[in-house]
Amino acid sequence: MSVKSSIGVLANRLREPFEGPNTIGNTNGFWIGFLLTVLLFAIYPILFGPYAALNPAQFLVFALLAVSLTFIWGFCGILSFGQVAFFGVAGYTFGIVTINIPTYTGATLGIIIAVAVATAFAAVIGYFMFYGGVRDVYVTILTLVVALVLHTFMEQTAGSQWTIGEAHLGGYNGMNVPQDLAVGFGETGVAFDGVAHYYVVLFTLVVTYLLLRAVVNSRFGYAMVATREDEARTEMFGYNTTFIKLAAFTVGGAIAGISGVLFVTWGAYINPSQFELVAATMPVIYASIGGRKSFAGTILAAVAIQYLELQLTGEWAFVIVGSLLVLIILTMPDGIAPRVRNLVLAVGEWRSNRDRSGQSPPAEEVSD
Amino acid sequence: MATSDPTVKTTQAVDETGSGTDRILQTRNLRKQFGGLTATDDVDFAVEAGELRCLIGPNGAGKSTFLNLITGVLEPTAGSIYYNGSDITDLESHKRVDRGISIKFQVPSLYQEFTVRQNVRIPLQRVASSSEYESRTREILQRCNLEGEIDTVASSLSHGQQQRLEIGMAMVLEPDLMLLDEPVAGLSVEESADIAELLTSINETDGVAFIVIEHDIDFVESIADRVTVLHQGGIFTEGTIEDVRADPDVKRIYLGEEH
Repeated sequence: MSVKSSIGVLANRLREPFEGPNTIGNTNGFWIGFLLTVLLFAIYPILFGPYAALNPAQFLVFALLAVSLTFIWGFCGILSFGQVAFFGVAGYTFGIVTINIPTYTGATLGIIIAVAVATAFAAVIGYFMFYGGVRDVYVTILTLVVALVLHTFMEQTAGSQWTIGEAHLGGYNGMNVPQDLAVGFGETGVAFDGVAHYYVVLFTLVVTYLLLRAVVNSRFGYAMVATREDEARTEMFGYNTTFIKLAAFTVGGAIAGISGVLFVTWGAYINPSQFELVAATMPVIYASIGGRKSFAGTILAAVAIQYLELQLTGEWAFVIVGSLLVLIILTMPDGIAPRVRNLVLAVGEWRSNRDRSGQSPPAEEVSD
Repeated sequence: MATSDPTVKTTQAVDETGSGTDRILQTRNLRKQFGGLTATDDVDFAVEAGELRCLIGPNGAGKSTFLNLITGVLEPTAGSIYYNGSDITDLESHKRVDRGISIKFQVPSLYQEFTVRQNVRIPLQRVASSSEYESRTREILQRCNLEGEIDTVASSLSHGQQQRLEIGMAMVLEPDLMLLDEPVAGLSVEESADIAELLTSINETDGVAFIVIEHDIDFVESIADRVTVLHQGGIFTEGTIEDVRADPDVKRIYLGEEH
């Protein structure tokens, strides 16, 4: 009894930093579901063998990319089509660094420099947008333009003059990046390939998920959400909303950069099609379907849609998936996650009402 | 320092109270043009610390533009604004709030999807630690008579409750000067009386100075120390409510333009 209750106290204390009114999953049931889902992904390669983890690894990489959008769109009101640009820049940067320094030192530097470059790129774009007074739908258009300009630029880098050290940018043929995800120094280090890479991706996603939940329920998170709801009002409570948007956008760029590094080390290859129009749209679709205010919803939607696309090969696949997306967006403008949550709450309420009315009928009058 | 200047027409207000040093806000030759339209026309205006000033004037007199210049939402074409003696003309809005200026907009602009508690948290987290949130929130809500609504979603509050909550939220930052744009527009007589009582209590117990834009002359009479009449972007006249009411020219501009 006392062991059970002290576990309960411990669990509550562990949960506290990740909960608040800014995230929708805060119940016992939600966290049990969270642990089961993580467990399921963790044992997947054990159940189905290391090769079966290849596709889920890619699903989770793009889920992480979509999470970077959920953070800035769902919680700060910045709808960006440019997350793929930060993803792509990080992927290419990792390639350029590791091709020139093909050691563990290079791999380690590659991760750091790639994420730093993506972050700096987001910060520069964000600075000129937000301090230049660009708002709402114009931010969306501008970020899309950034992705498409990057795409156009990278496509014409086939010539031999587009070489950085040993690394050929390669135009639309892209760049082969033989370096595994690895950390170390010189000739000593640890490389994560195959199933190890899958676990790194899963770990990164779970940690990012928990960190972002803590952020959106922190003071800064409240400031972000207030900026999303009413920027002028929030400014009048003394918040520097321009800086808040820039900070959130930069963090989003960093997360997109991390997913870019995980992508290029997954497939050992990157080309400009990773940030063309359709690719730029995918994170927006995952977040729209799953729920732009729900990280868990976004992640599950990203995995489910990619899985569906993979299974439904053939000429009708796009039509089926596309129709499904349109249907969901039309019927659930906030995505699936808030609906599921409301349904669960309604069922819980119905059950507690039923129990209460069964035990003591007068209680129903006082309950509202 | 904003010391007296022979060109400042509003020194009259200062002379009557017998001191020119505790002006909390002063504008000099403040001007705002939108293309050919002059919305604020060389306004010299001053408010004493702890004063409750009402700004009235017919539609299009430039009242809201003037308020937006003080909060920094709009940039003036010319002129300067002094707050507690220092020039704040080029200061960003959020920095003016940090100096002690608070504003309540004309349209109730609560965070509609948030509960009352979450609404109060937005200004509160800037000045209090998390252990104080609950007690400070209850304190504020008691002040604006909304204790029972702490977990109500803002959008389901009545119009009068929303106005009171907004004033309460502006109070959280413990400002020295509050700017209110039409706090009783669309409210019933009883609701207006509640707001008047709330404003008077904040003004008298906390010593907060007010600039209140209001059309309702009865409401103005129930709260104002002094009244400034704006007309065509400039100050038309200034004085006590009795002076202004008795002024035949004020009647003329109101009747001539509104009816």
